Amino acid sequence: MTKVLPGEVPVTLVADIDLAIHAREFIAITGPSGSGKSSLLYLLGLLDLPSQGDVLIDGRSTTAMSEDERAEVRLSRLGFVFQFHFLLPEFSITENVALPMRALGRLSPRAITQRAEDLLASLGLADHLRKTPDKLSGGQRQRVAVARALANDPPVILADEPTGSLDTAATAQVFGILRDLVTTRGKTVVAVTHDLELAAQMQRRVHIIDGRLAQDELAH
Amino acid sequence: MSLVLTIAWTHVRHRARQTLVAIAGVMTGVAFSVMMAAMMEGSQDDFIRTLVDALPHISITDELRQPSRQPADQFYSAAEFHGLTPNVRRPGIKNPMATIASLQGWISGALTASVQSKAVLRFAGRNLTVSIIGIDPRTEGQVSTLASHMRQGSLNSLYRSSHAILLGDRLAAKIGARVNSNMTLASAQGMSMNATVVGTFHSGFRATDETTGYVLLRTAQILERQTGIINEIRVRTNDPMQARLISERIGEQTGYKAISWQEAQEDLLSAITLRNVLMYTIVGAILLVASFGTYNIISTITHEKTRDIAILKSLGFRDRTIRAIFILEALFIGLTGAAFGFVLGYLLTRGLASLEFKTPFSDYNHLPVLYSLKHYLLAGAVALISSAVAGYFPARAAARLHPVDIIRGAT
Repeated sequence: MTKVLPGEVPVTLVADIDLAIHAREFIAITGPSGSGKSSLLYLLGLLDLPSQGDVLIDGRSTTAMSEDERAEVRLSRLGFVFQFHFLLPEFSITENVALPMRALGRLSPRAITQRAEDLLASLGLADHLRKTPDKLSGGQRQRVAVARALANDPPVILADEPTGSLDTAATAQVFGILRDLVTTRGKTVVAVTHDLELAAQMQRRVHIIDGRLAQDELAH
Repeated sequence: MSLVLTIAWTHVRHRARQTLVAIAGVMTGVAFSVMMAAMMEGSQDDFIRTLVDALPHISITDELRQPSRQPADQFYSAAEFHGLTPNVRRPGIKNPMATIASLQGWISGALTASVQSKAVLRFAGRNLTVSIIGIDPRTEGQVSTLASHMRQGSLNSLYRSSHAILLGDRLAAKIGARVNSNMTLASAQGMSMNATVVGTFHSGFRATDETTGYVLLRTAQILERQTGIINEIRVRTNDPMQARLISERIGEQTGYKAISWQEAQEDLLSAITLRNVLMYTIVGAILLVASFGTYNIISTITHEKTRDIAILKSLGFRDRTIRAIFILEALFIGLTGAAFGFVLGYLLTRGLASLEFKTPFSDYNHLPVLYSLKHYLLAGAVALISSAVAGYFPARAAARLHPVDIIRGAT
């Protein structure tokens, strides 16, 4: 898979990456800044289209899909956690978590609210359900973002520097939650990080340098 | 509440001040359009009413639509004759009373007979050519508004003597005549008689007020030197808009020239059509300007919300959902603006109608306005459509946004 940014001087973000991700894996994508690790994640998350190659999800080609179909896959099969929480500031955290469920429209409004509150409670936010994101600490917001990523119960969670803007204590907490997603909820978590200490605690490490796959290492 | 509605409502609620400014823009646009339309159409209606009132709805004169053919032409149609002495036609409507009685049978309205005459009026050494109109004061009041335009005296003052005359106020002022002034009238038929002013009137039409005098039918007949002559029958129809149709039927029935007020004022009425085009252009422009406000706020919101849009799109919201959010916001502004605009427009119209002022050209004390549901529906529809269009373009741009560009920029 290759992604080239067109322009006067075309920039190759990611080149010739061939990666198979399996269920229940906890993967770290590491690399120096500008190496293309975030770009790889966006390609995996169908936020971007590769210039060459394809992203297969459950064996289905996604480049052949329409924009609406890709949106549908993002909504139901993938969950995102970004470096910045990216919550909607005007909505309470319960409403924020409810958004993807309402967009999917599979549950009744009552069930949606119930599930949003349950998810937040399971991440230790039961006391803050009615608050807007700006009333919470960075670590709490990131936990809300995780809850939102889990809203439609997707098999894969993609995280872009999920602890990048957190202090040590909050980092440990959010990292613990991500690991629990794999161990107890059976999710696949792919996290971009430049924190090698964290990466060392993960099951599989994919190292990217200059947009190329430099190392794919499984922990024992 | 649906998801789209929830997000749209949250956006406008959190941009309350800007949203209110945009709503105020649409509101002012709608209000002024409504007021403008009420004023323009009101003054137009008033103008037409003045026209309708000033003239008889239909005037039947002893003239013919086409000059009558000379006997020589009738008998020898192939030949052309020159230098023939024209056949003299006796002026006046034949059997006027029978004609009136017959017309009264089917016309819903009032009729009155009169005599149109020209005379030279002599007073204080001045000679003025004036129109002398012989009227029947009993039926005149049903046909024209002369009675309500009397400044001094009344129509019945004419009964005081066979020399009584009512003068236009400008005419009286011009020659310096007052009530009870005596003057001399000399007709084209060579008849000369004394006349005494018994009253003055003011119709508001300068040409009339400056050159017209009313006398009794009999007096005018004396001036014309023809007993019993009637050369004009005037009709006031109950529905002025039917005048043109009725006049055509009268023409067919009597053979005389019957002119409706529409025909007499054709050029003025076509000027009014032009005025309407002008009005709708201005009203449309006002609403268009208001829609720029809507465009502004929606595009501001979409710019402020690019991050949120990127988030929603990355979560898996479809383009059309994003677009619907912002179009809905624009429609909300348009709808609310139009609703408040209706109220403000109505109040402005009421305010305008209650204003009292005087122009040098007229005696209107109040600005004439017309309340019409059509104006409100039109302004509302234009406001809504222009808001939707104003919202569509920023909404489309927002939906096309590439989430990666925003997320990458933020990190």
